[in-house]
Amino acid sequence: MDFAFMQEAFLRLITGIPLTLNLAFTSIAFGAIFAMLLALMRMSNIKLIDWPAQAYVFVFRGTPLLVQIFLIYYGLGQFRPTLQEWGLWGFFREPYWCAVLALTMNTAAYGSEIIRGGLQSVPHNQVEAARACGMSGFLLFRRIVFPIAVRQALPAYGSEIILMVKATSLASVITMMEVTGLAAKMISQTFRAIEVFVVAGAIYLILNFIITRIIMAIEWWLSPHLRRPPAIKTRLEAVHV
Amino acid sequence: MSNGVASLSSKTVPAVSISNLRKSFGPLEVLKGVSLKANEGDVISILGASGSGKSTMLRCINMLEVPDGGDVTIGGETIKLKQSRKGMLPADQRQVDRIRSRVAMVFQSFNLWSHMTILENVIEAPVHVQKRPKAECIAEAEELLAKVGIADKRNQYPSHLSGGQQQRAAIARALAMRPDVMLFDEPTSALDPELVGEVLRVMRSLAEEGRTMLVVTHEMGFARDVSNRVVFLHKGVVEEEGPPAEVFGAPKSERFKQFISSHR
Amino acid sequence: MQQLSYFELVGFGPNGWGWLLFVATGMTIAVATCGFIAGAVVGTFVAWGKIGGNAPVRWVADGYTTVLRGIPDLLVIYLFYFGGSAALGAIGSLFGADGFIGVPAFVTGALAIGIVSGAYQAEVFRGAYQVVSRGELEAARSVGMHRWLMFRRIIAPQVLRYAIPGLGNTWQLVLKESALISVTGLVELLRQSQVAAGSTRRPFDFYITAAILYLLITWVSTYLFQRAETYSLRGMRRAS
Repeated sequence: MDFAFMQEAFLRLITGIPLTLNLAFTSIAFGAIFAMLLALMRMSNIKLIDWPAQAYVFVFRGTPLLVQIFLIYYGLGQFRPTLQEWGLWGFFREPYWCAVLALTMNTAAYGSEIIRGGLQSVPHNQVEAARACGMSGFLLFRRIVFPIAVRQALPAYGSEIILMVKATSLASVITMMEVTGLAAKMISQTFRAIEVFVVAGAIYLILNFIITRIIMAIEWWLSPHLRRPPAIKTRLEAVHV
Repeated sequence: MSNGVASLSSKTVPAVSISNLRKSFGPLEVLKGVSLKANEGDVISILGASGSGKSTMLRCINMLEVPDGGDVTIGGETIKLKQSRKGMLPADQRQVDRIRSRVAMVFQSFNLWSHMTILENVIEAPVHVQKRPKAECIAEAEELLAKVGIADKRNQYPSHLSGGQQQRAAIARALAMRPDVMLFDEPTSALDPELVGEVLRVMRSLAEEGRTMLVVTHEMGFARDVSNRVVFLHKGVVEEEGPPAEVFGAPKSERFKQFISSHR
Repeated sequence: MQQLSYFELVGFGPNGWGWLLFVATGMTIAVATCGFIAGAVVGTFVAWGKIGGNAPVRWVADGYTTVLRGIPDLLVIYLFYFGGSAALGAIGSLFGADGFIGVPAFVTGALAIGIVSGAYQAEVFRGAYQVVSRGELEAARSVGMHRWLMFRRIIAPQVLRYAIPGLGNTWQLVLKESALISVTGLVELLRQSQVAAGSTRRPFDFYITAAILYLLITWVSTYLFQRAETYSLRGMRRAS
């Protein structure tokens, strides 16, 4: 392997990291809000509200993300005059916004199932206890249900975030020059697939490693009740010294 | 049998003989030199408190646990062991497989294969390990299932049966291998009290047929009435041994006295 | 020129793309199936390494699943497509051939999917193996089964049964991943839709058709996996 070339590849590919992270986090942020809405729709117990959310999730989880991206970026071009009339063409002309929209809608479908699982896992007796204290409605949701659900859902949502970082690579197919886009360009120019692949792969692994650590830190921070009580901890440390 | 030693008259060679068996799990020494002989037709009850090493001893006989020292001899054939980096290992896995197919085991938790029907469980080893003709095995399996009283369950899956029925199926599975020796590892301990009787009845009928059986058990009635010898293990050594009338009538060891009085 | 209606466009008539889309759907199913099977083989060995291997083997197996699940699938496809061509080119030049030799896109695609889905299937198999009762394995040893017989008769059937839901999820992943193979030029469903969209200037109609066809495959295969699961669980639930 040619290390000088790999260094060059590394320096070139890291310039794509900001766009990769930008795409990932913009769509995760919008997607989470949308996912929350979908989850609440699914749990509304009202058929007319539940059903569209269910259909949405089925469609977006059942079709490839790349098809969704093409449908938004190329497909909507078929309705250009209408979109121009509505003043939306500026949005749909931009590959960046199309990628963000597709990623957002996609992650919202997966995220809603994770959030729903978290909300359903909230033990009934804890809700009952809160009701017994006179909590109800939004207060009950904000103080009791939501905090418990978030802790339950966090590990799964962490994997979803990693999947999203990987999914941003598909934006390269509609000309976004993030890490995979730059890598593909470099491979087609140099035909040195293996070196470029190793460098690009390493960049993704490092990004995902850091994100995993951050999520683990948040999990740790959110779950003092599962940690060892500090008194025992200091005693153990004393033994070790 | 191709083995020269095993072809000697089985009257003179003990069916199972273990000598000076030692076994540790990490720092915990479970067996500290246990010896035991079972002649053909012997029914030996092995008693002891939990942690006395009785199950470990039984599991050493068919090498589910490999002893750290000592010999296990089945029908005159001594299992060859070798020293490895991770402790003792069987020197010849094919010898172990061969011996295992002559020594059948009945487990505390039945361990029927959950993806097979009762009949499939019974014919599995005869067909695939002993390579006997399938039709013959099925005919024999049906007889055995009738013998243990669950002929009507042949096409059901283990999870459809009660614990007592499952254990009887497991006994039929063990019998189907035409074993020289049968090992029972607390066969009734996982059963509800009302199901213990049906399993003990089957075991008693096997004993009456003259089968060689080594039974780890807590059932004092079985030890007293069915077995012809009782072995009491305590902290990895044989503390008391003899015919049931003798050991129950006049126990020599203080510990065994305590044990009997607490297991009435 | 008269605008074709949507159904004329994607139908089987003289100006319709129906037949080509139908064949392309078959290609999608074929490449996904081959990739899934390749992944099952890879996954079995990797799971075996994780469960029964010594320290270095375990390390390699763990590294494999970590890496393959941490990098984008598209990168792996690029590696196989361009890397495979480079390797073939190198071999070709030994025999006097010159220049770029393309690897058959089907093979590249199936292999890339196999390598990626192998990492997921390994985890599925490992999880399923952990559910198999230790006692049943002990019973198998106690009747004198040797390793291979025990694998074939006791472990494999049970692992497969427990793995069916996980394999169903992996299959959905593989199916969607197969759309990425379109970047190598293999004419599967998405590539065919691109071609049709380009030549008719009706991209929305074709991509929405592709989406519907993917949904249809998903829907049918979900049903089949559920059937398989119900069938495999016969005898597992208590009769009542």
